[in-house]
Amino acid sequence: MAEDLPLSPEDVEEIVAILSKSDYKTLDIETSRFRLRVSSDGKGWTQEWMPLGAEAPASGGSAPTDVQSSDDGLLAITAPLPGAFYRAPQPGAPPFVEVGDKVNPDTVVAIIETMKLMNPVHAGVDGEIAEIIPQNAEHIEAHATLMKVKPP
Amino acid sequence: MRAGRAYAARAINTLFVANRGEIALRIIRSATKLGIETVIGVSDADLAARPTGEADKVVRLGPAPSSRSYLNIEKVVAAAKESGADAVHPGYGFLSENIKFARAVADAGMVFVGPDPSALEAMGDKLKARAVAIDAGLPVVPGDEAMTAEAAAKIAESIGYPLLIKAVAGGGGRGMKRVDRPEDLKARLGLAISEAEAAFGDGRIYLERFVERGRHVEVQVIGDGSRAIHLGTRDCSIQRRFQKLVEEAPAPNIPDDKHRAIENAAVRLAEHLRYRSAGTVEFLVDGKTFDFYFLEMNARIQVEHPVTEEVTGVDLVEQQLIIADGAPLGYQQRDIEIRGAAIEVRINAEDPASDFRPSPGRVTRAAWPAGEGVRVDSHVRSGDTIPPNYDSLIGKLVVHGATRDEAVERLSAALRSLRVEGVMTTAPLHARIMADPRFKAGGVDTRFFEELADG
Repeated sequence: MAEDLPLSPEDVEEIVAILSKSDYKTLDIETSRFRLRVSSDGKGWTQEWMPLGAEAPASGGSAPTDVQSSDDGLLAITAPLPGAFYRAPQPGAPPFVEVGDKVNPDTVVAIIETMKLMNPVHAGVDGEIAEIIPQNAEHIEAHATLMKVKPP
Repeated sequence: MRAGRAYAARAINTLFVANRGEIALRIIRSATKLGIETVIGVSDADLAARPTGEADKVVRLGPAPSSRSYLNIEKVVAAAKESGADAVHPGYGFLSENIKFARAVADAGMVFVGPDPSALEAMGDKLKARAVAIDAGLPVVPGDEAMTAEAAAKIAESIGYPLLIKAVAGGGGRGMKRVDRPEDLKARLGLAISEAEAAFGDGRIYLERFVERGRHVEVQVIGDGSRAIHLGTRDCSIQRRFQKLVEEAPAPNIPDDKHRAIENAAVRLAEHLRYRSAGTVEFLVDGKTFDFYFLEMNARIQVEHPVTEEVTGVDLVEQQLIIADGAPLGYQQRDIEIRGAAIEVRINAEDPASDFRPSPGRVTRAAWPAGEGVRVDSHVRSGDTIPPNYDSLIGKLVVHGATRDEAVERLSAALRSLRVEGVMTTAPLHARIMADPRFKAGGVDTRFFEELADG
């Protein structure tokens, strides 16, 4: 339950205090109860709450994954936004997925770092990972095909 | 807020939140902190609202109109009972001061998080409240009940003009009419009686002297039935048509002796009533002499409670829950210390440039201010829709500063970073108020808003 507590105004104040001392200008938080973005435009900090599952406005956030079918009968997971493609949550950690892994629409398969924001990429589809296209840490453009998935 | 002494609820395990919007969210937060499970009853218009997502369980009350959901006593009590709740928090507005509702909750075997029905009764009827206040030794504004034009004319003669006609069953600024001249009395009286009948199902009215240069000062109290303490004053003099726009704690620029006398009068009333819960005693304070008169007592949590929480560090909703759970007051008067100053502005979905026309609809973006000394109590997220069925409050922006000057400065800065798009809001009006030299000086009276509007 602890991870799921509603955030209090004091918590938000504390988050801003921490961010103010860092180079980060944006923080996105998502739990099963809420989504929150704390950010600064250089003049003042704001807190923006978003409904769960809603598309984040502007850049960043957990943008919905584009799923497209390709000629070979496989489904393509494409990049929701441009940035650096990472296969693992941090350097040295095991990759989110390998070829042959089963995924469902909510499976996180990669992250894309854009303007200092780590954006999870969800599979968006059921199936088995058939191919992983970019190299780790490679820069990719929005809508680039990241992985191919064999539907069940 | 400072963390209070750790408290584990005994009688209350599951709390039913009989409200919506920011106060529903506020109640869920304090209940969760105490380890209490929350259930919220929502109308169809609020099925996707933020409190619905943050409560542990959700029960559908009925269609969007309040009369068929939030104001429907049978539906609310049945929903609470079926959800397995052992207590009901009514928030403010809706059924919060409804004696029938408080009794129905108790009859269904649940705890009503609020004062005993007897206190609700004593304070819900403004004439009874006056009588109780006089009994407790509090000064009241000269006035009396009048049902006929003849009786009214007689009272008017003795108290003088301008005067206010108030609904006996009214409150929170509703059901009031100002009369400036004797020739207007009869017409206004008829209007006031029929409006009171329509709004409260009770056509009784009374007349009261209108204090021209009055300030609206209120005292937060909490009591456990045997003992009561106060948590200082709030000044809510900035009002439009008797609706509060800006509130601050403590009330600025009142001589210490008068300030203490107002606070003590509020405690006297609470103890006289053997008051058990959080409540607010409202006073009219003469802006020149600082003489004060009891106006009414609100037997519920108030919209503006956060300013008191900011300067005292006491979580008032938590106190309501702890007291409702059967515990004695955990604070002595000497534990309460007022630190700095706090100001709240109400961000309403209204267009201040078009006579405060309501502006419901989809909020395409809601970027609320954040940072040191800034607190936002709001249920409105980017992409949410403000239903046209309920009041226009979409958020309360609250700041706390070491001094009042710092609080005013902080609020101005916060308003500059606030971005609410898609609906019109009162934010630009608040920016004007914060920049006004009279407000900056502190201690404006209830005519401030009119004068601001006139330039």
